[in-house]
Amino acid sequence: MSAGAVTAATAAGRPKGMSPRTETTLRIVAPVAVGIIVLGIWQFLVSVVGVSDYLLPSPASIIEEFIASWDSIVQATLITGTNALIGLVLGSILGILLAALAARWRAVDRMSAPVVAMLAVVPIVALAPVLNSMFGADSQFGRQAIATLASFVPVFLNTLRGFRQTAPVHRDLMKAYAASSGQVLRTLTLPTARPFILTGIRIASSLAVISALVAEYFGGPRGGLGSLISTSAASSQYARAWAYVVASIALGLLFYLATLALERLLLRHAPQVRRRP
Amino acid sequence: MSEPQDASGSRQDRPTQTTPAVEVHGVDKVFETRSGHVQALESIDLTVAAGEFVSLIGPSGCGKSTLMRLVADLDEPTAGDLAVFGKSARQARLDQEYGIAFQQAGLLPWRTVAGNVALPLELHGVASAARASRVAELLDMVGLADFADRHPDQLSGGMQQRVAIARALAEQPRLLLMDEPFGALDEMTREKMQTELVRISAETGAAVVFVTHSIPEAVFLSDRVVVMSPRPGRIREIVPMRLGAEAERAERTEELREERAFFDMVTAVREALHGGSPVGAGARGVETR
Repeated sequence: MSAGAVTAATAAGRPKGMSPRTETTLRIVAPVAVGIIVLGIWQFLVSVVGVSDYLLPSPASIIEEFIASWDSIVQATLITGTNALIGLVLGSILGILLAALAARWRAVDRMSAPVVAMLAVVPIVALAPVLNSMFGADSQFGRQAIATLASFVPVFLNTLRGFRQTAPVHRDLMKAYAASSGQVLRTLTLPTARPFILTGIRIASSLAVISALVAEYFGGPRGGLGSLISTSAASSQYARAWAYVVASIALGLLFYLATLALERLLLRHAPQVRRRP
Repeated sequence: MSEPQDASGSRQDRPTQTTPAVEVHGVDKVFETRSGHVQALESIDLTVAAGEFVSLIGPSGCGKSTLMRLVADLDEPTAGDLAVFGKSARQARLDQEYGIAFQQAGLLPWRTVAGNVALPLELHGVASAARASRVAELLDMVGLADFADRHPDQLSGGMQQRVAIARALAEQPRLLLMDEPFGALDEMTREKMQTELVRISAETGAAVVFVTHSIPEAVFLSDRVVVMSPRPGRIREIVPMRLGAEAERAERTEELREERAFFDMVTAVREALHGGSPVGAGARGVETR
């Protein structure tokens, strides 16, 4: 939704006489230019002003380290990415199922509301060591469970909201058609909730990556991005730690963009969502 | 009451042709709200013959929409009996005896025009080939054949309402329930839609219960106009339309709107609505039957 808001804002603030094409180009060129300038200043601070490479590794040395440890970065990204993906998928499925139950039966809603509120505020930092020791030091399960929990909350909340968006006129229509509850779910409730579910999954995607990564700081098997960042930093290999951070950012972006693409793809046939922001 | 519907070319093959489309006896409806009881309808008696076009008219709060919702079994009466083609309202709903259209078109925005019209057929398990040909036929009838693949938000309000009417007609119901379907349309579109509805109802021979708050609309469309009064909702008067008795429904055309008889009927309904009916107009309205 934020992408839509940004688009609307730029469209509204577009100076007269600027073609949409120029505007699109600018929208891509501007952040890239800012990024390059920041990197340039960073590099300048380290190599000319003389900020210690130990304190702040230069972009060049980070890139160097990135290329040098490419294999281990790919390996680590795969491990963390798998944990995050499993968590995202499980969390989304659980979120959608439980939201469906809560939307169907008020009692389930009342029972689940406090539990979900609690889950929403559970700090990963608190849970990770507990789960790691529960499932053993060589199991990825604790991390996957944490990613699942983190994904579950936004998917559940958004889906539940989506399930409650059906218009009265549509519900009347379904009743007039004597539609079974399965038919109502399939032809009305789910399609109405679809944009909400997808937004929930998109929000959850970033959370899944972050929590899978942070959970690695608190023990468990080594090899993921999170544990490699902490190991590298602990042994003062700051450039390498930064290289892993770059990979983490890339992984988070990948998840976000993939879910965004999924959203765009599935909502292609719902013009009202796209055209009326 | 037998003249107009025989003339309107309703399907004779149905064995239940003689049973009235809607029979309402002594129906009350009380809504329980936080601030207490609200008597929405009080001792309503009404019979709508098969193939007859009846309008419910009255100020807001007179329960005309509620009455239609009771017939549709979207709400249940607090007291009294209600039969649709001789069955209970619930059974009639389950048997899909009626088609329905609301003030809002109520189209599913993620479905195309064709998909929306096909919805009831799909829900009731009509095979896809039969469905496609029926949808094409219906879209042709409402003049939207070229828009089958559009989505509702690409259509004007009038076109959306036509899709809703096509959807209501999808299963060839013997009874059409319409709750101010043209209420949100501009006057021009509205008149055009009324003419189309007259044509369509003549073609299908369906009985129509039509809720409106427009007097000319009720007069133009109906065989009888049921005038209701608010708080509690009661039937104040049932005004038969001379237009219906004299002419076949299909012959109601734009010219009718300019005829003397049309204005007389408008006056009759207006006076019924406002309670006091001057002798001349009121008597004339009744004597035609």
